[in-house]
Amino acid sequence: MRRRFADLHLRFNPRDETQAAQMFERASDFGYRMIGVTTDNANHLGDSDRLRRLGKDFGLDVVTRLDLRAKSGGDLVRSLRRVRRRFELIAVVCDSKPVARQAAKDRRVDLLNFCGCSYRQRFFDLSEAGLASKGLSALEVDIRPLLVMEGPGRAGLLMSLRREVAIARSMDVPVVLSSGVSEVALMRGPDALVALSSLFDLNHSSALSCVSDVPFCMVKRNRGKLSSKFVAPGIRIIREGKGC
Amino acid sequence: MRLFSSSQVGGEEILAAVWRALEKLYGEYGASKAGLGLMEFDEKERCAILRVMKGEVEMLRAALASITKIGEAPVSLSVLRVSGTIKSLRDKSSV
Repeated sequence: MRRRFADLHLRFNPRDETQAAQMFERASDFGYRMIGVTTDNANHLGDSDRLRRLGKDFGLDVVTRLDLRAKSGGDLVRSLRRVRRRFELIAVVCDSKPVARQAAKDRRVDLLNFCGCSYRQRFFDLSEAGLASKGLSALEVDIRPLLVMEGPGRAGLLMSLRREVAIARSMDVPVVLSSGVSEVALMRGPDALVALSSLFDLNHSSALSCVSDVPFCMVKRNRGKLSSKFVAPGIRIIREGKGC
Repeated sequence: MRLFSSSQVGGEEILAAVWRALEKLYGEYGASKAGLGLMEFDEKERCAILRVMKGEVEMLRAALASITKIGEAPVSLSVLRVSGTIKSLRDKSSV
């Protein structure tokens, strides 16, 4: 069977239909089948059904995603309680260690995103990976900084990514490769993401699953949970009515 | 390889940009191993055929992906097909 690809981190104004159509068209040209439309604000996604219909015109499955920022671990828990059932994917932007630790152990978090480029701002260490491996969250690697940075800054980021990916793989934490871009010109195809991941020593077959199997499994699991038939992990309603 | 850009870009400019990207990512030693060459560039179709050593295809893919601008023009380069001979490349992709 032909491999399907997903980019779970496209950033644009979801209310801007022209930009959405441009990005969907390019994603479709690149061979993606699933894309994640990201918002920072739970109230700003607009009409997700309209986006889904637009995506369908380009042969894309649109996934709604929220990038959550929190001031503290407690703040993150409160936000998750409020928004978890409204989005198919929840990513936490880990800009402090307490938030990163809470996000890694909370089973409602899907993706751990470390946006900082300095190694001091990146908290994906062995402890973080240990917590994430017991939860359901994956490490997300955005390719955008590698495209916009150069020189020592990019070298430093590659060094951090190499270490983080090695830790994630040793602790069985899934890795997701995403573009994280907001402009059409910076969008890249799945083969380009895989090629760029070789810069931080992710081997070809693992990198392929980071843009295909891992994101698809994650979305399938979450859609199952958000379905009205879901009761608890492993339990779902098969049939209702008198005949049961 | 296909070029996505709203501006006019020539073949020589593309080749220079790819060399620069290779040098930035892998250094002069790494770039020298690529054996890079521009075989053809169709300005109308915005498709080019690049030559690279067999074992260095991934290196070229990464370099192409890292190019965001040629001159002042924002660009994006994507690989359409990889093949061992130009004949089979043409058969596969009708470039």
